Amino acid sequence: MKLACMVCTGVRSRLRRGGPESTLGVSEMKCENCGSNEANVHLTQTKDGKKVQLNLCKDCARKKGFGNPLEDVPFPLAEFLAGMVKEATADATGAMSELECPACGMKFVEFTKIGRFGCGGCYKAFDKPLEDLLRRIHGSTIHRGRTPRSRTGKMAPLAEEIKLREELRRAIEDENFEEAAVIRDRLRALRPREPVVDRTG
Amino acid sequence: MKTLEDLGNQPAAWLSDEGERADIVLSSRVRLARNIAHHLYPQRAGIEEHQKVVDLIQVATEKTGVADSGAYFMSDQIDEFSREILIERHLISPEFLRDDNIRGLFVTHDETASLMINEEDHLRIQSVGSGMNIRQAMATATEIDEKLSTVLEYDTDPRLGYLTACPTNVGTGLRASVLIHLPGLVLTRDMDNVLSQVGKIGLTVRGFYGEGSDVLGNLFQISNQTTLGRSEEDLIESLEKITRQLIAYEEEARNKLFGDAPHQIKDKIWRALGILALARVLTSEEVMNLLSAVRLGIAGGIVKGISFAMVNELLLSGQPAHLQRLMGRRMSPEDRDIARAALVREKLWPAIREMDNVIADLSEESDESAGQA
Repeated sequence: MKLACMVCTGVRSRLRRGGPESTLGVSEMKCENCGSNEANVHLTQTKDGKKVQLNLCKDCARKKGFGNPLEDVPFPLAEFLAGMVKEATADATGAMSELECPACGMKFVEFTKIGRFGCGGCYKAFDKPLEDLLRRIHGSTIHRGRTPRSRTGKMAPLAEEIKLREELRRAIEDENFEEAAVIRDRLRALRPREPVVDRTG
Repeated sequence: MKTLEDLGNQPAAWLSDEGERADIVLSSRVRLARNIAHHLYPQRAGIEEHQKVVDLIQVATEKTGVADSGAYFMSDQIDEFSREILIERHLISPEFLRDDNIRGLFVTHDETASLMINEEDHLRIQSVGSGMNIRQAMATATEIDEKLSTVLEYDTDPRLGYLTACPTNVGTGLRASVLIHLPGLVLTRDMDNVLSQVGKIGLTVRGFYGEGSDVLGNLFQISNQTTLGRSEEDLIESLEKITRQLIAYEEEARNKLFGDAPHQIKDKIWRALGILALARVLTSEEVMNLLSAVRLGIAGGIVKGISFAMVNELLLSGQPAHLQRLMGRRMSPEDRDIARAALVREKLWPAIREMDNVIADLSEESDESAGQA
């Protein structure tokens, strides 16, 4: 039985794979990110049974956070996503790329470049071109998991508390201790269910 | 754990070998992406909005009791060095502190759960555990999520579920993953086959290629690829199912190795331990690859007296930032390689000294095989 060496097997298999038309079969691949250093980190990801390989130099790999299996890899790699966005929106007419989110002002064409939305409103503003993209990424356009009941105004108590804290900080700063005591009481009243710890034993 | 100092000094919870099948699965991890309604997403928001989101989430964690079990670190308190430590411990992403945006990190005392505020999304709830423990990680993250959702208004859509900055996370916002050690499948060259199988069922497998090694440390990360259209339970179940299947394939491959080529495989394991025990200069990549062989040796009953936890700990403490923290100073890569070798020797030798009986076994074994030959 022939075994691969646990430490050097890669050197051989990389030679075997060969680089782009190199006569010696030695890979001299350039980093796909910076294009200048030699690519010596080869990240492989399978998608739909297809192997996608990303070849980076050590510096770029480290910057992107996948130089090391102990680190979490940000997913998906922006590069993979960008390709998908391009494919999915290739048919989009010029009018579509002019779509703009009324809530945050992001244009669809901007999204296709950075792959990140500006706010939750973008999902509605771009729903037409998005549908195809979501289908490509997830194979679905409908959520089937948990959803909490969202209630507008739910966060008012939080906002109130943040406001009072700021007032308390200012009152103490101004050495206005009477007012500080009043604000403190109001803050306490906001948390009726605070657990009481009995330390008297 | 109250300060970043304490955090760097305690062993990370996922390094222990107490989880199920910790011989093959290093850790299980779950991440939920959430955003707060009516606020711009971090990448588009300005400094005021960042602060508002940090305040909202911080007060929400205090109000719901989530904050009782850990400590907060704000981005302006985290220096460059702590940042590297946090990255190596998986607590933040390399992206987390790349600019001056106001970001927050909350970590529970036992480091099994953490919150990242204002990374790509407003909130990322993470939970991690040792071994094959994806359900426990999911339960921990879900508990925090449910508590926070009683006071926070999440950005959701009736048709699309939880809305996220990146459309690849929309729906459940769930990314579940396991870090798995598959030297058997790599050595028998069955890995490519397995990879394409797994890719067909909506999961992603990632191998990490380092200099001069096919797959760094024979470690692979398996995670769900899609987040929309399937329930959380469904996603977790298929990851769990596939991980169990991979464990079975890996065991089969190991049996084949130990059955067909026992001397060659034992030789690899003992050579790896020999290098680790005596080398004077070790890069972190070399340590990862050699520890992979030692780990295989422990699982196969060849190496006794070294625990999986010790191997895991060496994996982490051999990382650049942890190593420099242990040494108490900044070091050049060359000096780090020397310090790393010294650290590995220091940790391994007490265990190796206890191996007298194993070494005796070995000499008997070699007499035996010499006799056979």
